[in-house]
Amino acid sequence: MHVVEKRQLMSAVEIPRTLDRLAHEIVEKSGGAKDLALIGVRRRGIPLAERLAKIIRASSRAQVPVGTLDITLYRDDLSTVAPQPVVQASEIPFAIDGSDILLVDDVLYTGRTVRAAMNGLFDLGRPRRIRLCVLIDRGHRELPVEATFVGRSVETSDTEIIEVRLQEIDHDERVMVMDRVD
Amino acid sequence: MLLIKNGRVIDPASKTDAKLDVLIERDHVVKIAPSISAPNAEVLDASGSVVAPGFIDLHCHLREPGQEISETIESGTKAAARGGFTAVCPMPNTHPVNDNASVTRSILERAAAVSPVHVWPICAASRESKGEQLADIAAMQQAGAVGVSDDGRPIASARLLRQVMEYCGPLGLPVIDHCEDSSLAAGGVMREGPRSVRLGLKGIPAAAESICVGRDVEVAAVTRARLHIAHMSTRASLEHIRDAKRRGLAVTCEVTPHHFTLTDEDVQYDSRFKMNPPLASRDDRAALLEGLADGSVDAIATDHAPHHPASKDVEFDRAPFGITGFETAIALALGELVHTKRISLMRMVELFTTGPARVLGRKISLAEGALADITIFSPDRAWTFRAADSASRSRNTPFDGRNFLGGPLATVVGGRIVWRLEVSAAGKTAI
Amino acid sequence: MSHRFRHLLGIEPLDAAQITFLLDQAKPFQEFQRHPLKKLATLRGKTVALLFFESSTRTRISFATAAARLGADTMNLQAESSSLKKGESLVDTVHTLLAMKPDAIVMRHSSSGAAELVAARVDVPVINAGDGLHEHPTQALLDALTIRDRRGKLEGCKITIFGDILHSRVARSNIHLLSKFGAQITLCGPAMWLPRELECLAPNIRLVPRLEEALKGAEVVMALRIQQERLHEPSLPAEEYILNYQLTPARLRLASPDAIVMHPGPMIRGLEIDPAVADSPQSCVLEQVTNGLAVRMAILFELIAGSAEPKEQAKDSSHAAD
Repeated sequence: MHVVEKRQLMSAVEIPRTLDRLAHEIVEKSGGAKDLALIGVRRRGIPLAERLAKIIRASSRAQVPVGTLDITLYRDDLSTVAPQPVVQASEIPFAIDGSDILLVDDVLYTGRTVRAAMNGLFDLGRPRRIRLCVLIDRGHRELPVEATFVGRSVETSDTEIIEVRLQEIDHDERVMVMDRVD
Repeated sequence: MLLIKNGRVIDPASKTDAKLDVLIERDHVVKIAPSISAPNAEVLDASGSVVAPGFIDLHCHLREPGQEISETIESGTKAAARGGFTAVCPMPNTHPVNDNASVTRSILERAAAVSPVHVWPICAASRESKGEQLADIAAMQQAGAVGVSDDGRPIASARLLRQVMEYCGPLGLPVIDHCEDSSLAAGGVMREGPRSVRLGLKGIPAAAESICVGRDVEVAAVTRARLHIAHMSTRASLEHIRDAKRRGLAVTCEVTPHHFTLTDEDVQYDSRFKMNPPLASRDDRAALLEGLADGSVDAIATDHAPHHPASKDVEFDRAPFGITGFETAIALALGELVHTKRISLMRMVELFTTGPARVLGRKISLAEGALADITIFSPDRAWTFRAADSASRSRNTPFDGRNFLGGPLATVVGGRIVWRLEVSAAGKTAI
Repeated sequence: MSHRFRHLLGIEPLDAAQITFLLDQAKPFQEFQRHPLKKLATLRGKTVALLFFESSTRTRISFATAAARLGADTMNLQAESSSLKKGESLVDTVHTLLAMKPDAIVMRHSSSGAAELVAARVDVPVINAGDGLHEHPTQALLDALTIRDRRGKLEGCKITIFGDILHSRVARSNIHLLSKFGAQITLCGPAMWLPRELECLAPNIRLVPRLEEALKGAEVVMALRIQQERLHEPSLPAEEYILNYQLTPARLRLASPDAIVMHPGPMIRGLEIDPAVADSPQSCVLEQVTNGLAVRMAILFELIAGSAEPKEQAKDSSHAAD
């Protein structure tokens, strides 16, 4: 079983353009981003959160601290990490209590990752508010989770995989729809 | 009538090593010659095989009476026959201990009924082998015992050893000692050395054996009796024995196949590697190999010590000491001693025949007029030993699955074939 | 890099990369001990069997707490009240336990090799919490984490371990672990507890009978307990031991100025260690305990989560391994 590329969703130019647009939307809908804090969900949520924070800081002069969250310990299904679980530290350099948090991830699919992320956050404190920003929303929700800020919505089938490649991790920059082939 | 044809007859007593036929009538050998014709005889084609006097195992445990769950006289002797032995000497540490004539007689009666091989019991030296009072040795000899030992334990004190030796001297019985200084060995479960430290198991120092051997040799010098050192396993012990022989003392010794094959480096957390004396160091093994070659060692004996599987399937510390050995003895001797050119086939046959016989004060020979106890083995047949196929009730052997070149083919006791190897139609062996 | 762990029976079979991986996995769990809410649901519904055939309060509580903080339940079997005393064999005790379907077995036993005996007969992960004189792998891992945190790295560490080395599984596991990182190991203790064969355990080991000599230049000083319960022989009188082998402030000054002092616990103040040393800033004893919790959480997670049936595809992540 392997994957083949079906079509490209975003190019190396479209990703930064989308993030730019999202950043401005976030500032608009956050009343200036004064208390805003971003948390990137490991793995690709992290560079996305860092880029967004950078743009937001430049345009709004708000601090916008960025934290990282590893959700391995909060998954509802251990078999997703077997046979070789790897857990890494979460690093959140600000107080969770009373904070206005924006969770950032690359793809929103079933919603279980976001649920795990929220479980992790609530272990650390009690945020005032949590909103979600994703690069791609591919539908097929299994839980009542919604993203406030969406880069692009795509219709996908269950056999398809969305692959996001970012410079910081993959030394490449694009989003593709992949097909599973036997 | 039984005619063993085309075999290589090796007889240490007459120094015969030649291709000869052997004709047996009822229970005696009647003719040995290059080519015998006997139209009425059952023929056993021994082409490619060695035909030797019947092998004797000086040291084994048959567990009956009292521990039949591990072995009985019937199952043990069947395993012995399967191993090529025509006579076995069971040690007295049964329940009850073989320390009086009625136990000796009951063992022999049982053997007469079910054993395919000769059973020559070793009787206890002291009552219950407790090391306090002398057992009824003369009565047991009359009942059929051929030697004296408190095996399982050493003969408890120099004083008792002296008494036993002085008593056995005129009776012509050898005193067989399991040499171990209990104060040094206590609590130990394997040879003390780098391996025991790595595994975190309490060790028995080599000196625990040799100190006791030294003691025994000095007592033998005082009493001039016949002393036989059981399952000797160290260089230091062998030095004492060589010294004793130089001094003209009637001291003999035996070595087990596992001691000349394995070392303490082979020990794992697996009680199939746990026995007493424990597997020794590489240097000790080298010394044993030298002694087997140069004549300092008189016999190979198996110390066949069956323990039923549940008793061995426990933590190493808790497991009883001992492994089985009848069915692998010949193959191990061939593999470790003969194929490696350390000793000749003639010498190997000596170690299983005239050597043990001498310890017991007997003569044994494959000759016209002799009792037809004969061991037939292949010096090179490829086979794999499987513990699951053993005739013993127990499975405690470290050699399960081991590939061998050479092994027993047929065992003849009193002129009767009591065991022969079954080969499938595809097999090529004539037997 | 793939590190598949089925059981944790000892340090000896692991390589430096696997050990580093486990230490790195413990780091998030160190962080976790500082959370206000120390309760995860990661191993919810899983049961960890604690099979302790040897009495131990500290290690057992450490494992029990680690399991509880991961959300798992525990089943407790202690030798004093167990059927083992009634003559049931270890193998049968384990089979009875297996019938209650634990997801992992943490086992401490007084026979070397007992954990291996059990692991060969079960298909759930087995964690050796100490087998006879042989190994105590989680202790060595927590010790290594402590050393790495205090010293910055494990490589090339100069460590002196002293006490009853012969009967110490803590010593053996530490020797195996640190030697894989090029440590220079000095072992010290009374002669009957310091046999020459210890030199064969790993490269770069030296045996030094006098503590003053052994401590010179040491970066890590590890004191072992006197093992009253493990001696088959008459033990050394306490006064003799204190005279020659107690870690006093004066002796500690012979070590490197920023040397750290470690002890697997429980300590007997005034016997193997002077109370002033035990309470000094150089002492890491309490960090060892906290790190023990982190290491054991990491091990339980690694082995239990790792033994779940892997899914072919993870729906909720485009890169399942991320």
